[in-house]
Amino acid sequence: MANNYTDHPELRFELNHPLMKRIVELKERGFRDKNDYDYTPLDFDDAMDSYDRVLDVVGEIAGTTVADNAEGVDLEGPHHEGDRVRYASGTQANLDAMVKAGMNGMTMPRRYDGLNFPITPYTMCAELVAASDAGFGNIWSLQDCIETLYEFGDEDQHSRFIPRVCAGETMSMDLTEPDAGSDLQSVMLKATYDEAEGCWRLNGVKRFITNGDADLHLVLARSEEGTTDGRGLSMFIYDKRDGGVDVRRIEHKLGIHGSPTCELVYKNARAELCGERKLGLIKYVMALMNGARLGIAAQSVGLSQAAYNEGLAYARDREQFGKAIIEFPAVYDMLALMKAKLDAGRALLYQCARYVDIYKALDDISRERKLEPDERKEQKTYAKLADSLTPLAKGMNSEYCNQNTFDALQIHGGSGFMMDYPIQRYARDARITNIYEGTTQLQVVAAIRYVTNGSYLAQMRDFEQAEVSADVAPLVARAKVLADRYEEAVAHVKEAGSQELQDFAARHLVEMAADVIMLHLLSRNASEAPELFGKSARVYARFVESEVARHHAFVLSLTPDALADYRQS
Amino acid sequence: MSLRIVVLAKQVPDTRNVGKDAMTPEGTVNRAALPAIFNPEDLHALEQALRLKDRYPGSTVHIVTMGPPRATDVIREGLYRGADGGYLLTDRAFAGADTLATSYALSQAIRKIGIPDIVIGGRQAIDGDTAQVGPQVAQKLDLNQVTYVVNVESVEQGKITCTRHIDGGIERVEAPLPILLTVTSGAAPCRPRNAKLLMKYKRALAPLEHPAEGLPYAEEYEKKPYLNIAQWSVADVDGDLAQCGLSGSPTKVKVVQNIVFKAKESKRLTAADADVEGLIKELLDSHTIG
Repeated sequence: MANNYTDHPELRFELNHPLMKRIVELKERGFRDKNDYDYTPLDFDDAMDSYDRVLDVVGEIAGTTVADNAEGVDLEGPHHEGDRVRYASGTQANLDAMVKAGMNGMTMPRRYDGLNFPITPYTMCAELVAASDAGFGNIWSLQDCIETLYEFGDEDQHSRFIPRVCAGETMSMDLTEPDAGSDLQSVMLKATYDEAEGCWRLNGVKRFITNGDADLHLVLARSEEGTTDGRGLSMFIYDKRDGGVDVRRIEHKLGIHGSPTCELVYKNARAELCGERKLGLIKYVMALMNGARLGIAAQSVGLSQAAYNEGLAYARDREQFGKAIIEFPAVYDMLALMKAKLDAGRALLYQCARYVDIYKALDDISRERKLEPDERKEQKTYAKLADSLTPLAKGMNSEYCNQNTFDALQIHGGSGFMMDYPIQRYARDARITNIYEGTTQLQVVAAIRYVTNGSYLAQMRDFEQAEVSADVAPLVARAKVLADRYEEAVAHVKEAGSQELQDFAARHLVEMAADVIMLHLLSRNASEAPELFGKSARVYARFVESEVARHHAFVLSLTPDALADYRQS
Repeated sequence: MSLRIVVLAKQVPDTRNVGKDAMTPEGTVNRAALPAIFNPEDLHALEQALRLKDRYPGSTVHIVTMGPPRATDVIREGLYRGADGGYLLTDRAFAGADTLATSYALSQAIRKIGIPDIVIGGRQAIDGDTAQVGPQVAQKLDLNQVTYVVNVESVEQGKITCTRHIDGGIERVEAPLPILLTVTSGAAPCRPRNAKLLMKYKRALAPLEHPAEGLPYAEEYEKKPYLNIAQWSVADVDGDLAQCGLSGSPTKVKVVQNIVFKAKESKRLTAADADVEGLIKELLDSHTIG
């Protein structure tokens, strides 16, 4: 029986990272829940065992129910009935299975019926689900909106809403509008305070809302009349039980058919403020998006794994010229590179997730008591690391999953172009990952400041000090050379002193940084578990050497004058 | 209204992954070479029991299984899905039982627990494929029985209504409690393990499973009685040794033959998606593929 978790030991390796010790310590706080909730772990090993077992359950549901339903969901898609959405029957069955398994509100505290899981194992679950059905992955993973409600909502909102999400109610984040996509500052949905009823009222239209008929919505709306920028926006909670939001249409999409993408009409919908006015975009949506970006990174890794599995299986099975095509260098080259990108991207994703875990757990502690000075320092360090790696994890993994599904389809030859094999679905589903929750181009915008402020370089230099096995030491030495080239390219752009040139070169610089950081992370994995990652690390080293050389040559060839060749009108 | 329900479940070798060494030279199943799983149709039976528990609050579901100590896995799997407890029948004297001795042991255990409202089990186990144990238990306990159940619709005023699979269709029957039901794989699949229950019960053990060097987290077993799974011997269920295990089993294996399946009847399918999907599902369900 397929199990997306136990079939891939690489994931269990990522779970057992040494940083988990600190994460569990911060999440469980002396295992203080153990007398109140019978599912509380008693110590670190017990907690890790529980994560492992829960991942096994999610891996099984994903590998059986979700995988079995995926093709039917892709063909059926969601239904628009009246002003509501009815999921494809397979989507509903998937959701029922996950709810019965108690996999909702996973990261929420136990007092609200959550599992109190760290972000890292939760993100692994998101990867496992997405590997079987990326569209369903969206519906299930939107539960992480509750993180934002937990962080910024008040105690009363916590007790009213969080248990409902833990019981399986779904969520959505209503941000995009017809004229506010990447530029959320332009959001126009109007929020007005209703004095008579003592509540807020929402009026307007949202577009491209994933799972738009969810039970609970977080809505970005303009609460400050007369404003036009991000400072006039606040975040609201809309409860479907109150009514007032209709689904006007469901989009017809290239992929992720299981995930209903809705146009919503708000007709004087009752809503309540979450957090403070005017902080909607600048604080809360930024937090929401960071969580969502990690989710898309996980979805991308899941799709990469699925693509690799399909490519590998087909290449082993398909015979041409009297032998299995996997024996041809042109084919095994593609597979090896897919696996290397998958392993490297996954290492980056979970490194980022662990950083998020530490700073968020400290954040949570700070709501109970004042942090000690060294805890405050730790919190700041990890928040910065997490913020720097999130756009890399999202950007690189979403690009890699497009490359991997593309290559896996290529391995299928003509059969890959037919609708008969699952690879066509993975390829279609992958296409959105580098677009939504911020395009790759916007991830670069988010990441470039960590190029210019030296944060990525400092991380590379730190990694260079790590102790690794004798086999892996040469890879780290090669990564050091790549870091030097990266440093040189950054210096070249800075010296040019042109903002436009920096924006133009940004993608190259950010990718170089990501390449080197991922090589370090994968090298560390190869040092610990050569049987799992040794080949991938060596393949990846050769790959990023060629990538960095390419970017380096290109960036060093750039002058402000050269941009004239590129500008289009 | 609350119901007392007993689920009969068996740990079986996973015949979906049969290799060359699946049989011993003596012609018995080589259990050591095959992974042990929850008998698939028993899982369907468990789901029917859990649905009744969901529908009639206060109802209880207990699993009864007979086997070696590792068969306790079946009870834990039940606990992870919502069962309230379980009983492991384990004793050297139970070993080598055919269906007659098995049904004797199970019926003695059920007597010991107290005759419930509903006894429910899979139609048959994928190792023996006899479909005899359920009916024999009913006979020994003098219970009504409905076999080949695909759905339990309701239990009202001491009567159960269910649908059962018959040749060429479905039959809806009503019968008085107490009753024994056997369920086929046509019934709803079992719900997944629940995260909280899994974490709560993951250390639940039968006494025979306790490691020689002592239990890790030993004090937990005193504080939390639900971690101690009941384990019964022949004596514990007031069993007659002559009716248990090998000595209670009149079945004798005379010879074991390797059979190569040949197509006997043909079925015409069209290329329509529904037909193909149906066939794939059928082959998966019968463990021919997958």
